Amino acid sequence: MTELIETAKNTLLAPGGLDMRDLDAVFAKMITPNVDYADLYFQYTRQESWLLEEGRVKSGSHNIEQGVGVRAVTGEKSGLAYSDEIILPALTEAATAARAISRQGGNDVSHAITWSDGRAPRLYRSEDPLVSLDDTDKVRLLERVEQEARRQDPRIKEVIASMAGVHEVILIARNDGALSADIRPLVRLNVTVIAEHNGRREQGSTGGGGRVSYEYFTDELAMGYAREAARQALVNLEARDPPAGTMPVVLGPGWPGILLHEAIGHGLEGDFNRKGTSAFAGRIGESVASSQCTVVDDGTMPNRRGSLSVDDEGNPTQNTVLIENGILKAYMQDAMNARLMGVAPTGNGRRESFAHLPMPRMTNTYMMPGDMDPDEIIASVDKGLYAVNFGGGQVDITSGKFVFSASEAYLIEHGKVGPAVKGATLIGNGPDVLTRVSMVGNDLELDPGVGTCGKEGQSVPVGVGQPTLRIDGITVGGVRV
Amino acid sequence: MSATDPLDEQTGNRQLTEVARRALDEATGRGATEADAAVSRSQGFSVTVRLGDVETVEYNRDKNLVVNVYFGHRSGSASTSDFSPRAVADTVRAACSIAKYTAEDECAGLADRDRLATEIPELDLEHPWELALDDAIDLARECEHRAREVDPRITNSEGATISTHGGTEAYANTHGFEGLVSGTRHSVSCAVIGEQDGLMQRDFWYSATRDPAELESPRHVGDAAARRTLRRLGARQITTREAPVLFEAPVAASLLSHFSAAARGSSLYRKASFLLDQLGQPVFPAFVRIHEQPHLPKAVGSAPYDNEGVATVNRDLVTDGVLQSYVLDSYSARKLGMQTTGNAGGLRNLTIESGGLDLAGLLKEMDTGLLVTELIGFGVNVVTGDYSRGAAGFWVEHGEIQYPVEEITIAGNLKDMFQRIAEVGNDVDTRGNIRSGSILLENLTIAGA
Repeated sequence: MTELIETAKNTLLAPGGLDMRDLDAVFAKMITPNVDYADLYFQYTRQESWLLEEGRVKSGSHNIEQGVGVRAVTGEKSGLAYSDEIILPALTEAATAARAISRQGGNDVSHAITWSDGRAPRLYRSEDPLVSLDDTDKVRLLERVEQEARRQDPRIKEVIASMAGVHEVILIARNDGALSADIRPLVRLNVTVIAEHNGRREQGSTGGGGRVSYEYFTDELAMGYAREAARQALVNLEARDPPAGTMPVVLGPGWPGILLHEAIGHGLEGDFNRKGTSAFAGRIGESVASSQCTVVDDGTMPNRRGSLSVDDEGNPTQNTVLIENGILKAYMQDAMNARLMGVAPTGNGRRESFAHLPMPRMTNTYMMPGDMDPDEIIASVDKGLYAVNFGGGQVDITSGKFVFSASEAYLIEHGKVGPAVKGATLIGNGPDVLTRVSMVGNDLELDPGVGTCGKEGQSVPVGVGQPTLRIDGITVGGVRV
Repeated sequence: MSATDPLDEQTGNRQLTEVARRALDEATGRGATEADAAVSRSQGFSVTVRLGDVETVEYNRDKNLVVNVYFGHRSGSASTSDFSPRAVADTVRAACSIAKYTAEDECAGLADRDRLATEIPELDLEHPWELALDDAIDLARECEHRAREVDPRITNSEGATISTHGGTEAYANTHGFEGLVSGTRHSVSCAVIGEQDGLMQRDFWYSATRDPAELESPRHVGDAAARRTLRRLGARQITTREAPVLFEAPVAASLLSHFSAAARGSSLYRKASFLLDQLGQPVFPAFVRIHEQPHLPKAVGSAPYDNEGVATVNRDLVTDGVLQSYVLDSYSARKLGMQTTGNAGGLRNLTIESGGLDLAGLLKEMDTGLLVTELIGFGVNVVTGDYSRGAAGFWVEHGEIQYPVEEITIAGNLKDMFQRIAEVGNDVDTRGNIRSGSILLENLTIAGA
């Protein structure tokens, strides 16, 4: 990581004339006998987006943001102040504000911290993805995506295609002397189409991306997004009203893994469990799922949207087994909650930016494959729902109730996939929905890389995944009683 | 520390306007035919107390410049948080560079000159709160303490938060418009957890205003949070059925937000709205009036002009149930062959006119049905109007609440749901940008056990 750290220092510290001795002085302001932990989070972000509609790339935007977040932690208390100017007076002022939680002034005696470079495997390339493709070629790619979608069927009336890239440089300095850096690329391409027939309009939406450069979007992949969005819209043109009530549901592989994110993922974040506000609090070692369910949160997958070489507190990410054969094994932790719960951090400390406090967040959360053939799973259902694409979801971690909304679904009739039905919201109870998983497929897929998770007003990129699985009963929020 | 620092303020505001002017000069210097710049800064802090002790203290201080440039009908946009002359120049250059690659779009450009605001009404939006950190901590502590003493079944807490923020935004464009608006926003909030028979429920309450003198007392907020949590204890699922649904005021506003999303120009010119071609049509029952009140003094959504400098006006969107107007900025208006409605940046204080009943009256009117107090999930399709969301609330019989309900969905199509509005209550929630009383709908599908 030493090379990354040098690059990050040059990007983040050098322009404001800062060096490591200056950081010693900032920590001296913050460290009092009762401050357990303190860190400085320097961040530089450059991002762009391009939007095509009505066949033309009509708008684009470019944004540069940088700043430093200064945090002090005392027991269960956190103080945060930040500045968008990375210069010593601003850092000192922020440090003075952040230590307000400790109720004691710093001794202001500068003591040299022994800095040591952190170590972590690099999971993605550090080149700026924004320059990986000429602007002319970005525009042309979006135009080709649009033409490909339109080419699928005369009923495709509108195509909206967008692409976005982010180049982020991060330097994290902690009071224990650990120094970490990361350079994080992130790109995505999205396509939404509207199909119209006999006055009825329906949409289809898809996309993908990851911590890669724009070269990831080969023609084959990008045109595939276009065809997939068109296919979904055309399916929805034929869809009937969805059924209402509790029934067996088969979820397709990949993006439907949002089930895991909502039903159990948030409920297993360390902060909620330390505070006892999660329906999963105090349940480590208990059975919370059928024995066929093993669920992990894995931040170490190369190039994936939810992955991080180090989390936003400088800890390497890891593959954490959350549920093993139905038994609850672990929570996801940041540094503060791990310390307070007496466990090791799991590399899940994440923050939206320097202006936000870190907290335990998911990375890539997915269920391991079972041994069932997906066709057998569908064939096992006499009457139910087969849901293959989803929009967003949400959870109340205290009551455990969660929802996720299907955007492409079919009836299952006598073991066969029947007619398409319009989207409906599914609602369940997190602590028991996985106990009703009776079959797990052998077809694990991860989502294509467009997921964003919101928690307490902070958004971070995440991934989900799962094989085809059968839930014996979940409430489907349709309109047909 | 207070939300605004008066010593700094005049200098700071002058600086915002200067940054905007510098960006416009830079843009025209680079050959842009038109440009605009929005320059903002905000500051404040929030403190959360949990289980009687400080949990977080967060200081906020943000600034931002957004510049849009036009070369004829090609546009580009860029933003930065750095106001140094070099960063401003780089940002304008980035916007100009993008404009080289975007396509000609005859509708792109600034608002027409004759639509720009010429008189700026005083809306009384700025009321700094001279609040020391220690005092804020005491208020949060008082709020949470009250919530936790209401009933022994309140067993845990997510804490109480006091926050105070202020900000100023300058907007200028090359038509010669220059404006500056300052405002403050303060809040008291509390969320607590109750437990009964080993099962937990959480609920919350908050008060948010521009003037700290108008905030509900911390004690009142804590009390409301506790009572809202307690009434949810013992919730159960009901069976699938059709029944009338009463949306309590804080969630009724969401119905109007779906209306607003469908009436927005960008949804219409993309033909991505269930309100397409509905202008002049009876979209609601004849008693419904929906209007926008951008000049309400002290209101959260008030603004003298929109994000393009166009004068905002009081106007009806729905009169006697008939859709009168869409929600347009200059671009979407040109796309649709219409005039901007002063809604760049959205609607401001969208209001649905109340009838004569309070919540108790509405429950009597409904007689038997579902009172919804919480909605979760994103199951709303603005293209088709299809609606399916997770809900929690209370089963009501003979106008009286019987028991709490959870793990259900309510579903329908917004086109029908709007037509089925039977009553709008006078219990208006004024905390947000949408002002609505509780709304009673005739039958919807409720999915449950």
